This record gives sequence, C-alpha cells and structure tokens, in this order.
Amino acid sequence: MDAQIWTYLLVGATFLLYIIIAIISRAGSTKEFYVAGGGVSPIANGMATAADWMSAASFLSMTGLIAFMGFSGGQYLMGWTGGYVLLALLLAPYLRKFGKFTVPDFIGERYYSKNARLIALICALFVSFTYVVGQMKGVGVAFARFLNVPFDTGVLIGIGIVFFYAVLGGMKGITYTQVAQFCVLIFAFTVPAIFISLQMTGNPIPQLGFGSRGPDGVFLLEKLNQLSVDLGFDSYTAVDQNNLVNMFFITGALMFGTAGLPHVIVRFFTVPRVKDARISAGWALLFIAILYTTAPAVAVFARTNILNTLSNASYEAVPEWFTNWESTGLLSFEDKNQDGIIQYVADPVVNELQVDQDIIVLANPEIANLPAWVIGLVVAGGLAAALSTAAGLLLVISTSISHDLLKNYLRPDISEKGELYAARIAIAVAVVAAGLAGMNPPGFVAQVVALAFGLAASSFFPAIILGIFDKRMNKQGALSGMIVGIIFTTAYIIYFKPQLGGPGLPENFWWGIAPEGIGTLGMLVNFAVALVVSRLTTAPPQEVLELTERIRTPRGSNNTAAAIH
Amino acid sequence: MASNNAKRYWRTNLKYLAVLLLIWFAVSFLFGIVFAEILNQFRIGGFPLGFWFAHQGSIYVFVILIFVYVYLMNRLDKKFDVDEI
Repeated sequence: MDAQIWTYLLVGATFLLYIIIAIISRAGSTKEFYVAGGGVSPIANGMATAADWMSAASFLSMTGLIAFMGFSGGQYLMGWTGGYVLLALLLAPYLRKFGKFTVPDFIGERYYSKNARLIALICALFVSFTYVVGQMKGVGVAFARFLNVPFDTGVLIGIGIVFFYAVLGGMKGITYTQVAQFCVLIFAFTVPAIFISLQMTGNPIPQLGFGSRGPDGVFLLEKLNQLSVDLGFDSYTAVDQNNLVNMFFITGALMFGTAGLPHVIVRFFTVPRVKDARISAGWALLFIAILYTTAPAVAVFARTNILNTLSNASYEAVPEWFTNWESTGLLSFEDKNQDGIIQYVADPVVNELQVDQDIIVLANPEIANLPAWVIGLVVAGGLAAALSTAAGLLLVISTSISHDLLKNYLRPDISEKGELYAARIAIAVAVVAAGLAGMNPPGFVAQVVALAFGLAASSFFPAIILGIFDKRMNKQGALSGMIVGIIFTTAYIIYFKPQLGGPGLPENFWWGIAPEGIGTLGMLVNFAVALVVSRLTTAPPQEVLELTERIRTPRGSNNTAAAIH
Repeated sequence: MASNNAKRYWRTNLKYLAVLLLIWFAVSFLFGIVFAEILNQFRIGGFPLGFWFAHQGSIYVFVILIFVYVYLMNRLDKKFDVDEI
C-alpha cells in the first residue's frame, strides 16, 4: 500500500474513534459541560491537558524552528514546559479549591468587581480566538497537503468534526476525546524519531541518541557543528551571546504566558480534589515532556541529514523525496551558478536552497526511508494535535460567553437548562466563526499569537498570583495593574510588528527584546503597579479576606464546588 | 484549624515554594541561558552542558520539581490535618 492509502485509512480510523468517544460521553448538565463534572482522574486529565496544550505548531513547526535556530531554539523548549511548574506550584491547587468554572469567575469574585470580570472576559476571548483561528488554519493545511482536497474543504471537514464532539459533549466529550488524541499524536511523533535515532546512532532512545556517536565514531553534535561551520552557518550548540537578553525574555514570556492561558488553567477545574490538581499538572508536564525532549533530537537528526545529503549534491541525483516536496513549494532549488550542484550555505547570495521549517517533521519519515504507514501516522498525529487544541479553546470561548457574560453579567436569573442551551449555541457559533476566520485568515493571525502569550503573561498571571498570595491586594490595585500591563504589552507589540502596521525597527527594541518577549516586562510592570496602588487604597472587604484564607488550604474543595450548583 | 496552625501551614508552603522555584529559575534561566556559554566548556556524553540544559535537562528538572512538590504538600496537608478524604 502506498502512503496515500495509509493516510486515508489512519486519519479515517482516528476520526471515527473521536466521534464514538463523543457519543459515549455526552454532557447532561452545565457542570459536565464546563468542567466535565469535576470528576476526571488526574492521569486522564494530564493526558487531556497535554493534548490541549500541544498544538499544530508544537507538532509540525517547532522542531523545524529549532533545527534552524540551534541553541537559541531552547527558548521554545523551556518556555513551553516551564510554565507548568508555575501552574502546579502557584495556581492550580488554589484555583481548584476556589471551585468555580473560569478565570473571569476568579478575577470577578476575588476582586469583588464586575468590571474586573469584564476585562478578564475580554482578554480570555481575545487570547482564545486568535489561537483557535491558527489551529483551524493548521487543519486546512494538513488536509490540503495530504488528502488532496482544497484548503477550504479541509477547514470545513475540521469544523464538522470539532462541531460534533464539542457541541455534544462539552468539556466531558472534549476531555475524553483529547485522551485518545494524545495517544495518537505522541505515538505519531515518537515512532519516526526512534527509527531515525536507531539509524543514525544505533541508540533507540532519541533523547540519548542525539548525544551519542554516529557509525563513524564521532559525536553527532560535533559532526553537526563541523558541517554547519564549514558551510558558514553558526555552530549548532554555540551560545549566541548577542541574543541572550532577548532569549531570556522570550523564555519568560512563554512560561508566564502558559501559566496565564485560560484554556490551560481551566483544565485544573476538572479534577475532583486539590491534591489531584497538583499531581495532574505533574502528569500533564510528564506527557508534554515526551514530545518536548524528543523534538530537539529530531531537529538534530534532520538538520544533519539535510546538510549531509543535500549540500554539494548533484541536482540530477537527489533522492525521490526531494522532488516530491519541491512540488509543494516547501523546498526550492535555484541553480544560480548553473553547475547542477546544490550549494546550501549561509551566504544568501551564493545559497541555492530554500527549506521551509515545516518540512522537518513532515518529510522526516521519507528522508529517513521509513515505511509508508509512518507517513500516514504523522498526518493523523498532526491533525490530532490541531483538533484537540482547537476544541479546548472553543470550549473556553463558549464558557466565557454563556457563563461569564450571560449568567454572571447580563442575565443572572437564567436557568441551568437555559445556560446549557446557550453554551451549546455559543460553541456552535464559535466553531463556525473560527473556521471562517481560518479559511480567510487576516494576514496577521500568525503574528497575534505572540500577543496572546504577551497578554496572558501581563494580565492574568499577576492578577491571579496576587489574588492568592497577597491578602492585601484589592480591586483598585489588581485592576490598574492589569490595565497598565495590557496597554504596555499591546502597545509595544503593535509598535514593533510591521505585520500589524507598526513603524518600529528592530534596532530600536528596548534592550534588544523582540515583541515576543515583552510580556515578561509587561508582567513585571503589572506586579509593580498593582502592589503600589493597592497599598495606597483601602483594604479589601472582610469576606474577600476570608475567601483568600479559604483557598489556601485543601480540605473541603468538594463543598466549595457543591455550593455553586 | 486554629489560626496559628494555619499560619504555620502557609509559611511552610511558602518555604517549599521558594526553594523549588529557585531551582526552577536556576536550571532554565541561569544554566540554560545566562551561564550556558561557560557550562558549554563541560560535557555530558556528547552534549555541551549549557546546550543540554537548554534543550533537555531543564525539562527533566521541571517534571521532577512538580512531583517533589506534590509529595511535600501531601505530607504537609496530613500533618496539619487539612487533607481531603
């Protein structure tokens, strides 16, 4: 069987599985719809969180980014994992004890203010929507490339699948589908990596393989460094001293952003007890770490393979996969000096080969001559990653509208049945809106993902941390902190992003910090403003002090939750 | 729970947090970024040490930190009789 048939077979089988799970785990109440009834086991929740977290970008693009960045690519690896330490230690247990459904719930109640709830609500909507549009686009691209359907049709199929299980099952359906999707995506990512590691180093564990010796007895990384330097690229493992401040800040913004993203935080409302929330974050990070420690190994294997096979190769004699991928435009060769040999070097004037970063994961099985079913598996894995993230985000959007906006802001007297109905309509509208936006993406969608992390870091993270750890923090402090943090971060990002119409030039970056990293500074500004303002204004009321006291100890978490519904 | 006990429980929690977050900061921001150049002079297998922390080691330490915290807090909850059944 060829790769095409395998792809149809594996994608079809996994989709069928997701739909069956969705039918089995329909939601019957708002509590099931919002937080899966609050009874998900910590390990299952860990897997669901991991699938929710690892998006199409983690699965398809990150490895490629690292392969081309070398050492500096570590900012994504540390940034997208380190936030879970903050979540487990500083946020998840206390928010679980608080026992409600959403981040705006917490902000609104801890800061006894409808305006605070509204600001949190708008941020949550903005962050989740920009993020989900990117996922829908990812689904469309994956379908278009592998199933030979038009891009728009690909997005439509994606909408159909997510629509079905998210509207039907709510958080309950999504959680159990995500468990299945995690298994598919992690299997799809590690299987090719193990094969390639064996081929190149004889060690089946990729995490160890890329620090081992190749068949010629030379350490793989030393060989890669040598190859890179010979062709004029930077040494792969060398530290880029001029980029250190920037790398520091980007790593920070991704970590604090992760810990402030509403669709990640809400996962910890789904487990039964406070101690489950703590351990659940641990399981989630363990499952995420499987992919995040394999990715840098794959990056090294792929980079070495590409430099080895393509540099100074005769164009006539390139392997078959090269020609296959040329037709997609992800790989292009222009014979500038007409010698029929591929010059792949750092100097852009002489260089004749352009390699898109997405190709690293997608073409890797072919580059390494793996069997056809592995290629189908990688496609199914990429789709699982995109769909699971999209579903989690859509749920946050629908919860924000039906619970935070409707139930707690506009119509507090709405019945539970009415609220569940509204939640289903909201998620249906959100799926379709995200799909349409994904089909027709405004050019800046990719750019605003930086804004999503920056906003989460500079608005939610400090407000939640202070709400738990600083009893004296009051409405005035938290509100002014959030507003200043948001305005500062947004202004800097828009000013320095030409794609968003900003006039700023990279040489004017403050201390060399790129817009992607400014959330770290925005977060510090938020903390400073909040602390100063809160000390100059009146202390929060007695019942808020009692709430803060209550969320600090685990016992009674079920009563807190039961009191709501 | 008497308020004196509550204070002691919370203070112990903060002490754990301070130590664990210090390690969190050290392995990523310090070993993986600020001092990576210096650490790269040393090797662990085929890896330059600074590079290893940025691409592997910090992630392993993150996972361990969470499980250590879970263990410490479960013990502390029991000791102060605030654990859940």
